[in-house]
Amino acid sequence: MAKKAQSTLVNMMLSLTIIAVVSAAALALLNNATKDPIAKAKADKVEIALKEVLPEYDTTKLQKVTLKNDKDTTKFDSIICKLAYDASDSLVGVAVESFSEDGFSGHLGVMVGFDAEGNITGYNVLETQETPGLGEKAKNWFKPAKYDNDGQEMKDNGRVVYDLESPRTVIGKNPGKNIIKVRKDKGEVDAITAATISSRAFCDAINRAYKAFNEVKGGTTNE
Amino acid sequence: MLSKIGTIAKNGLIKENPTFVLVLGMCPTLGVTTSAINGMGMGLATTFVLIMSNIVISCLKSVIPDKVRIPAFIVIIATFVTMLAMVMEAYVPALFEALGLFIPLIVVNCIVLARAESFASKNNPLLSLFDGLFMGLGFTLALTLLGLLREILGSGSAFGYKFIEGDAMLLFVLAPGGFIGLGLLSAIVNYFRNK
Repeated sequence: MAKKAQSTLVNMMLSLTIIAVVSAAALALLNNATKDPIAKAKADKVEIALKEVLPEYDTTKLQKVTLKNDKDTTKFDSIICKLAYDASDSLVGVAVESFSEDGFSGHLGVMVGFDAEGNITGYNVLETQETPGLGEKAKNWFKPAKYDNDGQEMKDNGRVVYDLESPRTVIGKNPGKNIIKVRKDKGEVDAITAATISSRAFCDAINRAYKAFNEVKGGTTNE
Repeated sequence: MLSKIGTIAKNGLIKENPTFVLVLGMCPTLGVTTSAINGMGMGLATTFVLIMSNIVISCLKSVIPDKVRIPAFIVIIATFVTMLAMVMEAYVPALFEALGLFIPLIVVNCIVLARAESFASKNNPLLSLFDGLFMGLGFTLALTLLGLLREILGSGSAFGYKFIEGDAMLLFVLAPGGFIGLGLLSAIVNYFRNK
């Protein structure tokens, strides 16, 4: 075995410096290599979410909305909205990347889709740190699918058919007419079993999305 | 040589199982094991870091002066954890998201530093590799079992495959269930270990 390096000042400085430099170089190289795949994975996720929450569309236009009198907007200067148009250039829906800061573990990011009238057409939870098995269920809880007689999810043209009669669904509801709150708060949505806080945060995100939707709509009708 | 590797394997998997016997790395153990797949992912991520850091530290053991060995080990471990985090975020974003904060926390996982200090800095790279491998697999095994137990009792599913409708004992998904499950499994493992 080679003789052990002594703990002299020079040896200590030298060994730590070399280790740090080599680590930094390795990380820099790997960062370069993974930068693009990471960006792509994130973009893919948003793209899939868009397709899911919006009705069929041809083109989208990006618009950023700043909500006034909103207690949580201090952290984010604007909410990203994507306006979707069909082939004849009329608005078919708006997808809003909404959020709530009131989740059980803080931030909850939800993309909410509206049709042109403000009815919710779908949602997709983009970011969540809610408790797995409980609050995390928000991913699918508020959009139960319809099942056929064989117990299979019903699909129409590859898209899931939602059960609009379910007491827990938000799909098809319009936050302008329906009260999107959990029943405990006199709303119209069944909360997730044992996860009321996450459910409230989810409703908060939906209502914030609707506010953003109204801003966007207000802007487009004036054109 | 072969018998040495055999001893290392037995130590890592059963005799000195990091979770059930050494009771190290409890933070990720209790935090991520709400489902079997999360436990397994966390275990494998830690295994990777253990193997790599054990090999490198074992190779460098004679050039790192004793007085600065801990900072040197930490830098090496942190480098591998950061690499792992970047690769996971790029290629398995779903798992990376599920494990969240616990991936960067592998840096301070006592198992990794403990093996560096007590094994890799005293043995050759090949033996250190096997030590990292089997300690990591022992950890993976423990986390998967605990995750499976909590998933079956808490959500009525195993590896994501649901076999009962609706909710099961929600307690097991929450923190207290983690402690209860860990206690039960440790008791079982130690009963057989002492026989």
